[in-house]
Amino acid sequence: MTLFIEQCLNGLQFGLLLFLLAAGLTLVFGIMDLVNLAHGSLYMIGAYFAATFSAWIGSFVLGVLLALVATLMVGMAVEVIAMRRLYGRDHLDHVLGTFGLILFFDESVRLIWGPEGLTLPLPAWLNTGVQILPGVTYSAYRLAIIVVTLVVAAFLYVLVMRTRVGMLIRAGASNREMVGALGVNIKLLYTLVFGIGAALAGLAGLMQAPILTVQIGMGENILILAFVITVIGGIGSIRGAFVAAIFVGFIDTLGRAFFPDLLRLMLSKEAASTLAPALSSMLIYLLMAIVLIVKPEGLFSAGGK
Amino acid sequence: MTAKLTLRNGIAAALLIALALLPVYVQVMHAPFLLTLFTRIIILALAAVSLNLILGFGGMMSFGHAAYLGIGGYAVGILAHEGVMSGFVQWPVALAASALFALVIGALSLRTRGVYFIMITLAFAQMAYYVVSGIARYGGDDGLTIYKRSQFVAPVNLSNKVQFYYICLLLLFGTIYLVWRLVNSRFGMVIQGSRSNDTRMRAIGFPTYRYKLTCFVIAGTLCGLSGALLANHTDFISPSVMYWTRSGDLIIMVVLGGMGSVVGPVFGAIALLVLEEVLSGITEYWQIILGPMLLLVVLFARGGIDGLLTRIGGKEQA
Repeated sequence: MTLFIEQCLNGLQFGLLLFLLAAGLTLVFGIMDLVNLAHGSLYMIGAYFAATFSAWIGSFVLGVLLALVATLMVGMAVEVIAMRRLYGRDHLDHVLGTFGLILFFDESVRLIWGPEGLTLPLPAWLNTGVQILPGVTYSAYRLAIIVVTLVVAAFLYVLVMRTRVGMLIRAGASNREMVGALGVNIKLLYTLVFGIGAALAGLAGLMQAPILTVQIGMGENILILAFVITVIGGIGSIRGAFVAAIFVGFIDTLGRAFFPDLLRLMLSKEAASTLAPALSSMLIYLLMAIVLIVKPEGLFSAGGK
Repeated sequence: MTAKLTLRNGIAAALLIALALLPVYVQVMHAPFLLTLFTRIIILALAAVSLNLILGFGGMMSFGHAAYLGIGGYAVGILAHEGVMSGFVQWPVALAASALFALVIGALSLRTRGVYFIMITLAFAQMAYYVVSGIARYGGDDGLTIYKRSQFVAPVNLSNKVQFYYICLLLLFGTIYLVWRLVNSRFGMVIQGSRSNDTRMRAIGFPTYRYKLTCFVIAGTLCGLSGALLANHTDFISPSVMYWTRSGDLIIMVVLGGMGSVVGPVFGAIALLVLEEVLSGITEYWQIILGPMLLLVVLFARGGIDGLLTRIGGKEQA
């Protein structure tokens, strides 16, 4: 039972983390109509920055904050230098162009930090267990991730739905020219949106960094999950991304934890241990296939786009 | 489509002749390395030509085409591992497995379009990647060594490098011819019509879903053939051949070469792989050059190499 609660919390934590990544992806797609494969690279860069800065400064929190700002800047620079020229082009062009960016980022990281991975050690006050229920302790750091992502999600909701900037962003999504004609600096607005998306990806990366190692290509595996989430949730819908991310986080984590045991009940031990790793990694794709069969546009498709 | 003598067609013909004569050059200059490189180029060109059928002509932006390379390759590898050496069994199984996978993936993915289609094909290909990585019996992550190439009847011997090269080249020519015939047939016209305006094609009575699915399966099957060749070429198969960046490479070949024509992807495959070879000779960090180059190609060189040649030739493409 303890294990089950722990795995559920892990699923929630992973889902929320995926939400950060998927939110940036879906925001950029919904507003700029841009398919950004390099989103995973920003996730990786966030993690590398955090590991480097906190080692330099000697403070985890300061290093992480600095890394967040730095990722935001990198994102905005990428938008100004490259992405801006891709708006309004074919999606295939986006795929190719941003694929080129991935190669560039991966290789730059290899050049700067070397091929070995980095680690981001946790400070002592986060590296402990917290008693959440009588008899159930849970990692304080993972709990912190859950809290931070929930706060960020709420902040994002307020920003997009309740502020003037958010109103302009939504207006820009429905009619770019009109917003521009009304005297809004739409270029700056887009740069800002892309920067926010980058910062979200960076935040996800740097929060994941102490749990996994920081390495080249770390963003690519998780990017695919973020794609699955945006497809399930409906491209362009932040609400959909939230629901789908939690779903995928749960299914992936619980699937990996309990599916092999479940399989062992039905099949022979040998067959189960051969099939389990393959099948449990298929679960979320099966979920995606089912959603597509029922609702080809995703659960919460942003209508009219 | 009558073949006119334009600069582009001239260069395409010259290229194909050069490919046919390459082993002679290798023999004279004692450069066996070139033969290995170009066998690889030809095999991947075959995959790119198959991708172009759905990407360039069908407008289906599949980002999971490398999955068939893996499936074709693993069909050969697994059968060899289990002691079935005959190419007459291995290759049909490779093709059938790829076709089946394409049928399932296509049937699901073609319900959607645009970005959804890109992401879904990508996700399914990654699923195949993870599944294969998880099967410990066939090497899992580490891959599977193939100790003996596919066996055919007496004069055909895939272990002979020159013979293998010509077999690959013949299959490439065959694929190009097949795709060319397909594209210019009634079937191809429906596919291209559906790329331009799917709603209109359906309105005039074509069940475009079925046409597109058929096209998708044909492309997947052809790429499975390329996978079977690749496994025989490297005597090894690992999940990395179906990793999503490999699908990206195939798209690059198609776009770099030019989507408008059947031979375009061959230009693209040669250009990309030779460029990789040259750049990796200059610096260990060659991708730092290749990445921005891709971005520049996307931004400034529309139509790829094929389009460039057509424009220099000064004639509209037939």
